[in-house]
Amino acid sequence: MNVSLKQSALALAAVAAIGIGSISVANAEETLVVVSWGGAYTDSQQKAYHEPYMAMHPDVKIVNDDSSAEAVAKLRAMSESGNVSWALVDAVASDAIRLCDEGLIEEIDFDKVLAPAPDGTPASQDFGNLIVSPCFIPQIVYSTTFGYRTDLVKEPPTTIADVFDLEKIPGKRSLEKRPIGNLEWALIADGVDPEKVYDVLDTEEGVDRAFAKLDTIKDQVVWWEAGAQTPQLLADGEVVMGSTYNGRLFSVIEEEKQPVAMMWDWQVFDLDGWVVPVGGPNHDLVMDYLKFATDTQRLADQAKFISYGPARKSSAPLVGKHASLGIEMGPHMPTAPENAKHTLLFNYEWWADRRDDLTERFNAWLAQ
Amino acid sequence: MTTEAATQQVMTTADGTPLKVSLAKAQRRLKIRALLLVAPLLLFILITFFVPVFDMLFRSVENQIVPEVLENTAPLLLKWDDRDGELPPEEVFAAAKEDFVKGAKAKTILRVGSRMNYEQSGFSSLFRKTARRAKNFESPYKEAFIKADRKWGDLDTWRILKRESGAFTISYYLAAMDLSYGPSGDITMKPKGEAIYLTLFWRTLKLSFLITILCLALAYPISYLMSTLPLKTSNLLMILVLLPFWTSLLVRTTAWIALLQQEGVINDLLVYFGLITDDNRLAMIHNATGTVVAMTHILLPFMVLPLFSVMKTIPPTYMRAAKNLGATPTVAFIRVYFPNTVSGIGAGGILVFIISIGYYITPALVGGVDGTLISNFIAYHMSTSLNWGLAAALGVLLLGIVLVLYYFYDKIVGVDNMKFG
Amino acid sequence: MALPAYTTPGERVWFYSYRTICGLIFFFLIAPIVVIIPLSFNAVPFFTFTEEMLKFDPAGYSLKWYEDFFTSLNWRGAVKNSGIIALFSTLIATFLGTVAALGLSKSEMPFKSTIMALLISPMIVPLIISAAGMYFFYSRIGLQGTYIGVILAHAALGTPFVVITVTATLSGFDLVLIRSAASLGATPTTTFFRIIVPLILPGVISGALFAFITSFDEVVVVLFVGSYEQRTIPWQMFSGIRERISPTILAVATILVIVSIMLLTVVELLRRRTERLRGVTPA
Repeated sequence: MNVSLKQSALALAAVAAIGIGSISVANAEETLVVVSWGGAYTDSQQKAYHEPYMAMHPDVKIVNDDSSAEAVAKLRAMSESGNVSWALVDAVASDAIRLCDEGLIEEIDFDKVLAPAPDGTPASQDFGNLIVSPCFIPQIVYSTTFGYRTDLVKEPPTTIADVFDLEKIPGKRSLEKRPIGNLEWALIADGVDPEKVYDVLDTEEGVDRAFAKLDTIKDQVVWWEAGAQTPQLLADGEVVMGSTYNGRLFSVIEEEKQPVAMMWDWQVFDLDGWVVPVGGPNHDLVMDYLKFATDTQRLADQAKFISYGPARKSSAPLVGKHASLGIEMGPHMPTAPENAKHTLLFNYEWWADRRDDLTERFNAWLAQ
Repeated sequence: MTTEAATQQVMTTADGTPLKVSLAKAQRRLKIRALLLVAPLLLFILITFFVPVFDMLFRSVENQIVPEVLENTAPLLLKWDDRDGELPPEEVFAAAKEDFVKGAKAKTILRVGSRMNYEQSGFSSLFRKTARRAKNFESPYKEAFIKADRKWGDLDTWRILKRESGAFTISYYLAAMDLSYGPSGDITMKPKGEAIYLTLFWRTLKLSFLITILCLALAYPISYLMSTLPLKTSNLLMILVLLPFWTSLLVRTTAWIALLQQEGVINDLLVYFGLITDDNRLAMIHNATGTVVAMTHILLPFMVLPLFSVMKTIPPTYMRAAKNLGATPTVAFIRVYFPNTVSGIGAGGILVFIISIGYYITPALVGGVDGTLISNFIAYHMSTSLNWGLAAALGVLLLGIVLVLYYFYDKIVGVDNMKFG
Repeated sequence: MALPAYTTPGERVWFYSYRTICGLIFFFLIAPIVVIIPLSFNAVPFFTFTEEMLKFDPAGYSLKWYEDFFTSLNWRGAVKNSGIIALFSTLIATFLGTVAALGLSKSEMPFKSTIMALLISPMIVPLIISAAGMYFFYSRIGLQGTYIGVILAHAALGTPFVVITVTATLSGFDLVLIRSAASLGATPTTTFFRIIVPLILPGVISGALFAFITSFDEVVVVLFVGSYEQRTIPWQMFSGIRERISPTILAVATILVIVSIMLLTVVELLRRRTERLRGVTPA
């Protein structure tokens, strides 16, 4: 290909685009666009963070943009074009790590930017080991865990091994269409010491073993891609059990009163939090907002609207009752001692290496 | 008399220019005027459509990030001879230290790590680990690197880096065709459990073919019926074909979800009539069946319209003549009528086939695992795995298939004969 | 078409079974579209007919999904975006496409079939490839996630339809009309506006409608080239179906079916008008 020809075509098009593109730049002052996941999650942020902040700052208007699912792809595209239009993005930890790697989001000086705990503990210690990337301010701990139909199973599942046991619990189950989480579960169900899961997965035989275990239930699995699918499948009775985010199961059980119960064994913890794109607009406003929205009380407040655990240690005692249902939220947190007997925290570093090839392998396995 | 004939031979216009010249000039002017009318659209399509498609071609081989970030290391690596089985010389390590320190500061080095991780798992953490420590490395650098991570002492690490040090790469195309580099740099097929894209291309072609055949089987009888009915009735029936054609693709896909799902209308009817029991509801969606049924419905009008327009032009006298000459209806159909409709079958068939091999939306919504097509994987690599190079390479391969079909379509039907409604 | 008296029983069986098969195929074509209309009035959030609905009990029906549609900010934004994007991309596509078709229909046009093949290709190239290419390229030049980006992309996808319909109208165009206009003393401008425009107008309008529906119904390109801010009705439907299907989607679908019936009617009327103007009786 003639590169110089192509480049001049690119340049020509760019000039044309800039000419017309400049018309569309109309950014009202003090409007803060917050990119998040939409649905009940954005609602909880709206009530716990946005509304109180706007009440304190009447000149600021916070607008929600439900695009977090495409955050990495979109931020990469924006950075290529040199036109970053997002100020603040809500992202999961693994996406944040990747974005930080690529230099697309800012590093945060935790103790300078964020408020300390009420007792004066600096933010970096209050968040503790949940700071998995220098660019990522954790908000919540959520978990991927199982829900099952109480009326469709003869005996309730109690361990992760039951998910893989078609004799004890016959029927379809839904799992997320990706290797992350499923491979770990398969190995634990197969009797691998949970402490050594990643060591085993590091070997070729270990990966084979995990896929062999998944093979035993493959034809009984419905694969989901969006968090709302398992609740829907459970409500419709299309599956007898399935994995999804614990907050989704909470609303199926407590808000929609479906005959569904939780199985917390080896729930997989993950983190969700804020990231600030490099070169985004409203930088000072974003920092001011972040200081407010990630303080101890605000994080505890979010748990009134959705059953995800606050990321600060100091927030845990402040978690109260659900805003509309009036039930105590503490026992519904994935971090509650009763629920957290067996938990797994992602090895982010390990998955950053292996995500590409294991996802390929997983897709190939699915296609067989 | 001869002079008179000569002057008469060259006809001139009023101002004396020879008519031929003047005509050619006028002709050229008309040609330019015609071209000028087409030019704005051509330019528009060029910028908004062709340049992007070429850009994708470029993305599928582009590897600029590696030589750009490893600006000192890459040229040295390209010169390094890896055949003697020894690690690169100290100067390469020294250059690498410099590149790592600079890349860590500019936050670009980990992009190379992600890029190289497509070649072999582990590069991502290798780069992250090394980038953190590189600024403290001291001479001899070779030892410093190997101390930071043993992988730097592995010849294969450097061989892969050398291979991908150029500004262009073919590795995305290899991945898109289930090929990979073997240990010594030779190209081999991926093992069976890991091959995926050839399976997907094959599945895409197979399902598209099935959909085309189903469309033909359903379109032929009704097109024939409409071509034999009086105008008023056939116009009325035509509306039944055109209404789905004009209805949003998502509406039709939604409708099929409502019909086919386990708690959907068809399963309810089957249970109601006692054909199946309540706990044995059929799985007709989120699998290949769902994709085939919904896509056949969506693409059926594309088959009916060209078939109908061909059948309309076949005089009914042909069949009558054949029967008069003693042919049975079946023979008359096979020998006389059917050959006349082949051009319509070709037009509709290729059109349906072309559209279905590139289909994305319907398989994404109703395809489940075994009903997804190659397009779904292109989308997946664009937005989820973010391996844009692989997405582009898969896209170029798909485009190649489509262009071949388009060429045949143009030869058989001629694009200027395309019509709607 | 009644059967003649001399048909054999075999032919009779064939005739009726053939008609039945055709009936079933037409049923297959139309039933899915018809079935969603009553379902969109369902009182419960399921995709199936309840007992009450089958008994025509008013309690089984409800307008709440329509209410949901008309009050939801997300959907209202989507309607607005769909309108803006479809309108502007249609204007661009119609203008450029019509001008190009005028050039293409001239007999002096060089490289006609090659140019035609190039101009039609946005319609032939799979949408995911156009979307991928535009996504990569528009990102480079800063058009990804802007209204202008989506409008330009949709205009490019819509032009083939305009080119095809207008060229088809022009191909039946009687050149004698232009010459007679000229010989009767009309200037080229007068001829263009008094003769050509009225004759090709139906073709232009139906091409424009095709361009409009292409943009209005398009989802792949808008998913990639657009961003949440530019979400259109199909975008909203797509993410709705992926996430959680509520009958609100069926209400939207019903409204869209009505829109398409209206568009179809307009196109049909225009087609007949063209044929009448050309003096061709519809074959």
